[in-house]
Amino acid sequence: MAKMTYIKAITSGLDQVLADDPKTLIFGEDVGKNGGVFRTTVDLQDKYGEDRVFDTPLAESGILGLAIGLSLTGWRPIPEIQFMGFTFEAMDGIVGQLARDHYRFGGQKNFPVTIRTPFGGGTHTAEMHADNLENYFVSTPGLRVVTASNPYDAKGLVISAIESDDPVLFMENLKLYRSMKDEVPDDKYTVPLDSAKVVREGTDITLVAYSAEVNEALTAADALAKDNISAEVIDLRSLSPIDTDTIYASIDKTHKVVVIQEAQRMAGVGAVVASDIAEDKIMSLDAPIGRVAAPDSVYPFAQAENDWIPNSDDIEAKAREIFNY
Amino acid sequence: MANGSKQIVDFAKIKATMADPYKHPVQVINGDGKVVDPDTLAKYSDDQLVDFMKKMVWERTLHEQTMNFSRQGRLGFYAPTAGEEASEMGSVTAFKEQDFLLPAYRDLPQMIQHGTTVAKGFLWSKGHVQGNQYENPNMLFPQIIIGAQYAETAGVALGIKKNGDKDRVAFVYTGDGGTSQGDWYEGINFTSAYQAPAVFFVQNNGWAISVPRKKQTGAETLAQKAVAMGVPSVQVDGMDIVAVHEVAKAARDFAVAGNGPVVIETLTYRYGAHSSAGDDPSRYRTKEEEKPWFDADPLIRMRKVLTDKGVWSQDQEDKLVEQYKDEFKDAMKEAEAAPAQKVSDFLKWTYNVPTPAVKKQIAEFEAKESK
Repeated sequence: MAKMTYIKAITSGLDQVLADDPKTLIFGEDVGKNGGVFRTTVDLQDKYGEDRVFDTPLAESGILGLAIGLSLTGWRPIPEIQFMGFTFEAMDGIVGQLARDHYRFGGQKNFPVTIRTPFGGGTHTAEMHADNLENYFVSTPGLRVVTASNPYDAKGLVISAIESDDPVLFMENLKLYRSMKDEVPDDKYTVPLDSAKVVREGTDITLVAYSAEVNEALTAADALAKDNISAEVIDLRSLSPIDTDTIYASIDKTHKVVVIQEAQRMAGVGAVVASDIAEDKIMSLDAPIGRVAAPDSVYPFAQAENDWIPNSDDIEAKAREIFNY
Repeated sequence: MANGSKQIVDFAKIKATMADPYKHPVQVINGDGKVVDPDTLAKYSDDQLVDFMKKMVWERTLHEQTMNFSRQGRLGFYAPTAGEEASEMGSVTAFKEQDFLLPAYRDLPQMIQHGTTVAKGFLWSKGHVQGNQYENPNMLFPQIIIGAQYAETAGVALGIKKNGDKDRVAFVYTGDGGTSQGDWYEGINFTSAYQAPAVFFVQNNGWAISVPRKKQTGAETLAQKAVAMGVPSVQVDGMDIVAVHEVAKAARDFAVAGNGPVVIETLTYRYGAHSSAGDDPSRYRTKEEEKPWFDADPLIRMRKVLTDKGVWSQDQEDKLVEQYKDEFKDAMKEAEAAPAQKVSDFLKWTYNVPTPAVKKQIAEFEAKESK
């Protein structure tokens, strides 16, 4: 066990799957000698050779085509899309092709592709480098979408994603890359692909969040505790599918819920979670479902990010409103 | 700059000479049925040439029969292939069973030749999963998103190279319109960057639905676009099956030898509509344009060569046509007898491991389906 950053935990997971499965391949823009623009794949080319870890020409649709074709010839591809904003260039490859191919073959062939991509605001990046674009992908049948809020889950989830025979979009939070450390086992371990986790137990209200917003929710829960409001915090981890069982069990205990996301409010993961709760658990609720999300503008200019991204104060305020309803 | 002084670079000259290497498309038998390259033709036995002819008669009959089926409402989306027999049969026959085919929607004839049945082709058109499940696993279903198959070819070719398969290539088709897609460049360029074994076919049939070839690009030929990716390319008379086959074979040899990919532009013509779904070519092209292409028909010229050799007769051809028609009618019956599809199966195939929500929906649909 060692203290590891979120990014080191991902690198450690990648290292272990490369060691265990000779059919795994890491490729993308700058992932080779440079080790990725964030150094997520650092030293992996030296360790496993250019056949296993290699740079691609600069073209995201081509990267997805490469991943699909490599699947068809028996490989287990782990492409990197350098920033999630660049997935738009690969939209046909991801949504139009990869996610559908297992279905198209009537289940005869697998496409075990894990697309790694950094996302998330708060680091003052250039435009199109920080957006939360998960909303586009969680509405895609055939594609799993996961994201971690901490180093332990990041390593376990990336290993599960790569070992899965389904295509998985693995979203890596930019702000968390180097801002948090955790005890992370040196050995290989997995975190299930479709299960949420109760990261803080509580009895009065449930806060459902994912990725960086989990940490905002935990901060809000600390503040609420000072007024004897006991908040339970759930980390979704999987955005598609949603683990409703874990959420419902919590609501049966607390009878109040706030759903939180960093992405814009419109048609998002939070809306899916809220509608599931409304459909299945409305009789267990003592208050309306609360929602915290970014406003429905285009992603903000970098200088104004902190005015736009929902933070622990926003979550705390919404939780108090729902708690006191 | 003063008038008449020499400029540092002569763009006009560069532009005027860019297509020079493509001035003479490869041809063995010309549009009049005259053998213009007897040495190449001599490499082929009479049996081989007769086999080429049979395959073209097969494809032309398939075309005619599918148009009948379409009129009867027995097929779904279907892309007519008349005119492209030499391009399609000449190319696919140059490949081996282990080669990986990435077709587009006008390439059902090549798919059937490469390793599936006519009935499966019809099932694809009608919209049935069995139309995507082939006897030869080295094949994708027809691509609908123009160009996507080119991007995927790069991955198949790189996979072949990484697997160390020495006698295996990826081969892929698109049309003239397909060359305008970004994926077209990305696929060829990636394959070139990795020097992986692939043969990229552009069946230039003159029309992307209603948009003529000239409106796709300012480039004089489509083949020359490959130069930008460092890939050798050629134009071939796509109405001449021997020329197409010879070029395709050379391309395969070049690629399996580890030299990287090749691009082949076949000059052919779409005799009919874009698809069986209501396209009317008289809206956008003239009979005057069509005539020379019809006159250069691949079957007419091959028929002349074989008749001159005394190895083909009209009677023989008529009998073949009847035989093929019967086969296609049987194939249609087979396709029509395919089991009804179940939504519960669609759900089961969406993920390898069904998600909780999908499991619930499977149970719901299975309950409905068992009623």
